[in-house]
Amino acid sequence: MLTVENLSVRYGAVAAVRELSLSIEPGQLVALLGPNGAGKSSTINALTGLVAPMAGRIVFDGKDISRTRTEDRIRRGLTSTPEGRHIFANLTVGENLRLGAATRRDPKGVRADIDRFLALFPVLSERYAQAAGTLSGGEQQMLAISRSLMSRPKLLLLDEPSLGLAPRIVAQIFDFIGQLKAEGMTLLVVEQNATQALRFADRVYVVSSGALRYDGPPAKLADEHGLLNLYLGG
Amino acid sequence: MDYALQQLLNALAFGAEYSLVALGLAVVFSIMGLVNFAHGEIIGVSAYSVFLAAALGLTSPIVAVLLAVAAAALAAVTFERVAFRPVRYAPTTTGLLTAFGVSIVVQNLFMLLISPKPQSVSILNGLNQMWFFGPFAVSSLQVMELVVSGLTILALVLFLSRSTLGLAIRAASRDFATVRLMGIRANRVIATAFAISGALAGIAAVFILARRGSVSPDLGFGLVLKAFVACVLGGFGSLAGAAAGGMLLGFIEVGLLVALPQEYGGFKDALTYVIIVALLVYRPEGLLGQRVELGDKEI
Repeated sequence: MLTVENLSVRYGAVAAVRELSLSIEPGQLVALLGPNGAGKSSTINALTGLVAPMAGRIVFDGKDISRTRTEDRIRRGLTSTPEGRHIFANLTVGENLRLGAATRRDPKGVRADIDRFLALFPVLSERYAQAAGTLSGGEQQMLAISRSLMSRPKLLLLDEPSLGLAPRIVAQIFDFIGQLKAEGMTLLVVEQNATQALRFADRVYVVSSGALRYDGPPAKLADEHGLLNLYLGG
Repeated sequence: MDYALQQLLNALAFGAEYSLVALGLAVVFSIMGLVNFAHGEIIGVSAYSVFLAAALGLTSPIVAVLLAVAAAALAAVTFERVAFRPVRYAPTTTGLLTAFGVSIVVQNLFMLLISPKPQSVSILNGLNQMWFFGPFAVSSLQVMELVVSGLTILALVLFLSRSTLGLAIRAASRDFATVRLMGIRANRVIATAFAISGALAGIAAVFILARRGSVSPDLGFGLVLKAFVACVLGGFGSLAGAAAGGMLLGFIEVGLLVALPQEYGGFKDALTYVIIVALLVYRPEGLLGQRVELGDKEI
């Protein structure tokens, strides 16, 4: 589904990502773990094209998209729910969902998908006509993920879905992520919260200081407890 | 009674014109952070297009109105494509200087290619008549200005709340990167905002032409300064604020004209700004503006 080869991202003299390679197979949930400032968000932003990488190749769905514009990558089926959720606070819940489907030309299907998410998250239904900025953090995260799914992506990138949320809400969000995986969605989840991210992961990458430190199944990572401690602080 | 009604209509008509131009500035500023001081030259291009078409034999006022709006929208989109797109990601001061540059270049083109002197345009004079309602005589132009501005603002509100591109423009005013993550092309959103801004300027140009009956190279520049003030008054970046600020500015100006004795009429502008400064001391973010929130980490 996605193959990344030797991706490097620099901000001036600072190297945020160094020669990172990873791959995601269809239907897999891949976790990208690492401490704050490890280059996780830079990786995601390079994958969506919001940041231009220094070097490296990104192949999505059989096509090299390294030079493709952000908007066209989304149209090809690669989308991301950004860190900090970035819902459109001045728009209503409904308008946020409609914008998520901006690339689609099937109004009936869009309507059906909106109804599906409203049934899944009743609070979004209650607040449908309210400004999305009035939602709580957890509700905003549910809206942000629903909004990403409105484009019917083939691959969903989730950047720190647990950020700033209470443990109970984080567990809920990851229950939903697990459900998406069960439905056949391919996901890349970037997290600092290793415990939650490892619940459904098929494969784990650990990055630190912009470089890859571990690549393999989650079970092995849990065995090598020292590694987990070293890079994730427990 | 007649006098009071007349002055009220005056205030509403001036206010409506300021609102249209201020909305044009605000719609572009809200998504790009660009104060487009070349907005006045969009009005200029629109007015000169009507002048040229009339010189070439156009006689239909309706066609002239459509031409004015279309020419303004086209001019706005062209300015964006040629001048503003290359500096889109540059610091905001670069955009501001670019806008001044465009303004100066276009004003000089008017002087070189047409004339530095005002040129008479009579094709729209028919809009400016006296209408009599019983004992009241009102200017048809002022009534039309009010009604057309109201309908235009209504159409804009519907566009911004119903269409996907309208939603995208509102969303982009807060978070452009995430709008792109929805698969919506940044260029399309910005071009649409400029086209709207231009169309609003074109409507204003029709009323200016009908009132003045002539066009000169600096036609729009003074008006854009007023519209800028209206935007500041209403809260920069807020569309409702721009419309409200324009209306308020119209009322302040006409109110002062009425209140000041004839011999102090020259103080009108100075007093207008005194009132505006006083309002801004009381509410620095403008009437409907919001303090900028420092939100989550930028992506």
